[in-house]
Amino acid sequence: MKVSEQWLRTWVNPDWDTVMLSEALSLAGLEVDDVELVAPAFSGVVVAQVVQVEKHPDAEKLNVTQVDVGADAPLQIVCGAPNVVVGMKVPCALVGAKLPGDFKIKKAKLRGVASSGMLCSGTEIGLEQDYDGLMVLAEDAPIGVAIRDYLQLDDVMIDVDLTPNRADCLSVEGLAREVALVSGAAFKQPFELKSVSTQGVCPQAVEVVDSQACPKYLGCVVEGYDKTAQTPDWMVRRLARSGVRAISLTVDITNYVLLELGQPMHAFDADKLVGTLQVRHAKENESLVTLDEKALKLNAQTLVIADDSGAIALAGVMGGLSTSVSDDTSRLFFECAHFSPLAIVGKARQYGLHTDSSHRFERGVDPLLPERALSRALQLFTEIAGGQISDWVQVVNDDAMPEAAEILLRRQRLHQLLGASIEEGFVRDVLSRLGCQVSDVAEGWQVQAPSYRFDMQIEVDLIEEVARIYGYNNLPDSQVGMPLSLKALPESEQDTHMLRQAMLQRGYQEVITYSFVEEAALQKLSPEIPYVLLKNPISEDMKAMRTSLFPGLLQTLGYNQKRQQNRVRIFETGLTFSLEGEQIQQTAVIGGLIAGDVYPAGWADAARKVDFYDLKGDVENLLAMSHLHGRVHFEASQSPEFHPGQCAAIMLGDQPIGIMGQLHPQWQKPFGVNGGVFMFQIFMDSLLTMQVPKVTGISKFPEVQRDLAFVVERSMPVKSLVDCIRHHEGGLLQDVQVFDIYQGQGVLETHKSVALSLRIQHHDRTLLDDEVDSLIDAIVQNVKQTLNAQLR
Amino acid sequence: MQSTLQDLLEQVKVKISTVQDLPALEQLRVEFLGKKAQVTQLMKTLGQLSAEERPVAGQLINDAKQAIQQFLTEKKSHLEAAKLAEKLAQESVDVTLPGRRVDLGGLHPVTRTLRRIETLFARAGFEVATGPEIEDDWHNFGALNIPETHPARAMHDTFYVDESTVLRTHTSGVQIRIMENNKPPIRIIAPGRVYRCDSDQTHTPMFHQVEGLIVEKNANFAQLMNLLTDFLRHFFEDEHLKTRFRPSYFPFTEPSAEVDIATDLFGEGRWVEVLGCGMVHPNVLQNVGIDPEEYTGLAFGLGVERLAMLRYGVKDLRQFFENDLRFLKQFK
Repeated sequence: MKVSEQWLRTWVNPDWDTVMLSEALSLAGLEVDDVELVAPAFSGVVVAQVVQVEKHPDAEKLNVTQVDVGADAPLQIVCGAPNVVVGMKVPCALVGAKLPGDFKIKKAKLRGVASSGMLCSGTEIGLEQDYDGLMVLAEDAPIGVAIRDYLQLDDVMIDVDLTPNRADCLSVEGLAREVALVSGAAFKQPFELKSVSTQGVCPQAVEVVDSQACPKYLGCVVEGYDKTAQTPDWMVRRLARSGVRAISLTVDITNYVLLELGQPMHAFDADKLVGTLQVRHAKENESLVTLDEKALKLNAQTLVIADDSGAIALAGVMGGLSTSVSDDTSRLFFECAHFSPLAIVGKARQYGLHTDSSHRFERGVDPLLPERALSRALQLFTEIAGGQISDWVQVVNDDAMPEAAEILLRRQRLHQLLGASIEEGFVRDVLSRLGCQVSDVAEGWQVQAPSYRFDMQIEVDLIEEVARIYGYNNLPDSQVGMPLSLKALPESEQDTHMLRQAMLQRGYQEVITYSFVEEAALQKLSPEIPYVLLKNPISEDMKAMRTSLFPGLLQTLGYNQKRQQNRVRIFETGLTFSLEGEQIQQTAVIGGLIAGDVYPAGWADAARKVDFYDLKGDVENLLAMSHLHGRVHFEASQSPEFHPGQCAAIMLGDQPIGIMGQLHPQWQKPFGVNGGVFMFQIFMDSLLTMQVPKVTGISKFPEVQRDLAFVVERSMPVKSLVDCIRHHEGGLLQDVQVFDIYQGQGVLETHKSVALSLRIQHHDRTLLDDEVDSLIDAIVQNVKQTLNAQLR
Repeated sequence: MQSTLQDLLEQVKVKISTVQDLPALEQLRVEFLGKKAQVTQLMKTLGQLSAEERPVAGQLINDAKQAIQQFLTEKKSHLEAAKLAEKLAQESVDVTLPGRRVDLGGLHPVTRTLRRIETLFARAGFEVATGPEIEDDWHNFGALNIPETHPARAMHDTFYVDESTVLRTHTSGVQIRIMENNKPPIRIIAPGRVYRCDSDQTHTPMFHQVEGLIVEKNANFAQLMNLLTDFLRHFFEDEHLKTRFRPSYFPFTEPSAEVDIATDLFGEGRWVEVLGCGMVHPNVLQNVGIDPEEYTGLAFGLGVERLAMLRYGVKDLRQFFENDLRFLKQFK
């Protein structure tokens, strides 16, 4: 709600400047968003009349004018504006004037002709103007009067960002009520509302079919008025300062009343109405062309104003084109109704509309307002344009009228909720100044809310009102008590943050990427996973909910590679989304990506690009932080996003808990990334359980180490070899480590040599050489037989 | 004989002093103590001496031998020490060269800020709760006293998956889930991603919130104000930070407030809005089966990016999600 401060001060005029007024409103919950000067600072500009115009003797485009500024003699001013004519009234900057931008007006000679001042365009004095040349003032503008006074430019526009509960403040009157409440200044309606005299029964019949949706409908016909009457300047100004453009007298008056009192109204061209006017719900698919020339197909939940020809207005939202008023209209039908918020809410939005009227009706307009508002509109109209007013049509369903809430405010509850003891006299005073009917009862106060406060429904609503006026910031200090019982701390629960720390230690930078990605990215990387689409994405490339972290990580890589960041190690944690049938699955994961050199450029070692095993080391490190340590294995796997020969499923038993590998080189170009890219993703759930350590005794007896090298087929996973060794030992084998893989001279081209180091130890005694030898023999024999391997 | 030995010792001394390395020293040892050495020869002449002279002469020769041995040993250890010193000198390194290491990674500033918020509230007994990001209408709106017809829905710029499924517009839905499944007293914070269909210089379609909730007997508004003021002072490490509570409106709290802060960091007299809060609306408590007469609730929601921007001097919100490493690495 944007309003002229001067207009507001006609209702209530506290002894505060603009800054204090704005701050007080903000602190009362009516947040002042912006305070804007109507015009920038300038001085020395007055209303002037051009009395003579002659061509400049020496310059084609200049005129030499004589201008009456209310002084003894006219001033000679050279002027270049194309629209200068004798008799026009314009703003004139006198010698000594200061215009916006610190522009001083001095006596001057233009091409040899003396000029004492400057005739101004609107722009030159900081006002908006939509035509070229001098600003044209009204014919009756008083010559010699300062333009700031004449146009009332010493005004500011206060823009209040109202919360949806405070519809009662969507008017000058409503804001003024609040200002009076918080400032203590007197509230006074600045005009006397005289009852306008009416004559004759209203010729327009009205039938309210749905009186629940429309409990009150008032209307009357006005005719015989001056069709040429113009909206007065003061009204145009006030409208403009609320951001409303003047259109025509009738429309301007309905807009003015809406801004002044908060009551939306509508005016129909009475001659265009066919038969009885009805307030009813639309028929399914009934059509209506609105004032802004939108053709709507209505649904049956929409409340409309109709006549015998069909729908002619969206009730409480916008009028229709067919019955709109024009310059030719000679009979008007003014509508002033109360629509129930439930009948209007969402309707405008449904048709892509949002109007000042729907904004107010959705939130609730004072049901007692229509009578005052219609009187006010008729008073303004007849004062300006004359005319005869018919008797009013008044269709009222008292049963459907919103009832003022009856609320019990308990003293004890007030104190309990606020944590403060507030003086009873203050409470009573605030409530009555809010417009409530208050009576004392044993527990506290019985309160009837004013008709314009739809948000006062229950006790806490009143408690908020009392606190608001008391001032939140005046409430006493009060500490939240500390809970004394200790909370459980399960040692087997891993803290997500520890996982992040583990990644940081390995040199990974955390990133946060958008949860929505380009659909095409999912179709490329994971075509087999059904994804969730947004109905109203912010853009086409943010339309699909990510099914993995990979699209975001790849995008981040590309972004940074383009900025010469070539060594990239990044990770992210977050939810991924997929569809299982109709069900949306939301799965927490951790994922990472590496590319470029293993180490930052350095003097010590030769640079090397990252490979599969660099990433695997990082993944194993992460797994080592959970109960999965030693229980997880890696299986060669295939997945569309990965290189077919460098992809592993991370398996817990037969359940995959993650995947890792090299990005399939075919995706480098589509995703705008360069070089070998290695990525992993693991389900967070599987990482969040930790092993609580259980200690076993340490053997006091010596450990024996034996090294073996087997030649096996190249394609055989080393894991099979290790598993085979582990499988056939009697509990003496402590550890098996791979320490070399060899392919080359001495080994068949189809084979590889795997060198292993075995650590053997008995818990209770020293092993004899024979025992170790026979164990090793047994292992070797078994490996040879099972895996068709050779000892090297 | 005594003078002969004296001369010999002098001669040995001079020779040893000129030796530069261990092999040369070994040669001298052979020369002075070996089979052909003078002392060895002298020993052989003992037999020609009388029984009285023999022990005296033998003693003298032995003394000389020992003295020579000592000269040699001293010289040897001296030469060895010099050799070691030379070796160590050759092994010295340039300690100013950087070490071999994987450089440490860093948390995203949003996570870093979240950690700080979580840690502060954990000290006051708050537990961390999480919830789904694709949320049903009831948890995101209905249960929070925002029925379908409520004008506040239009303010939320909601992303829709279908008519009754949305990307959560706030973390407030988590409080519903927690209250549905736990009995008071409840003290939680719920950090996480939220989504609004809005993107410009000061809005990103995804951002982070932390929701806080206390449901206890006799929890009151003054406590809420105090808690948040404390939090903000600790978060910004400024005990002089000022807070200002402005009445506001959220459908799920009543009374409701927005909180502005002013600190010297932002310049004098400048109020910056940082969070919204209020007492849980009785309808919300009823929706989850908690008797609002018995328990009262305090709730707050803060914007994580906003706090991060203010604390770390980030000027452009969008930087958080561009993930430019040159930006992120400043938060190590």
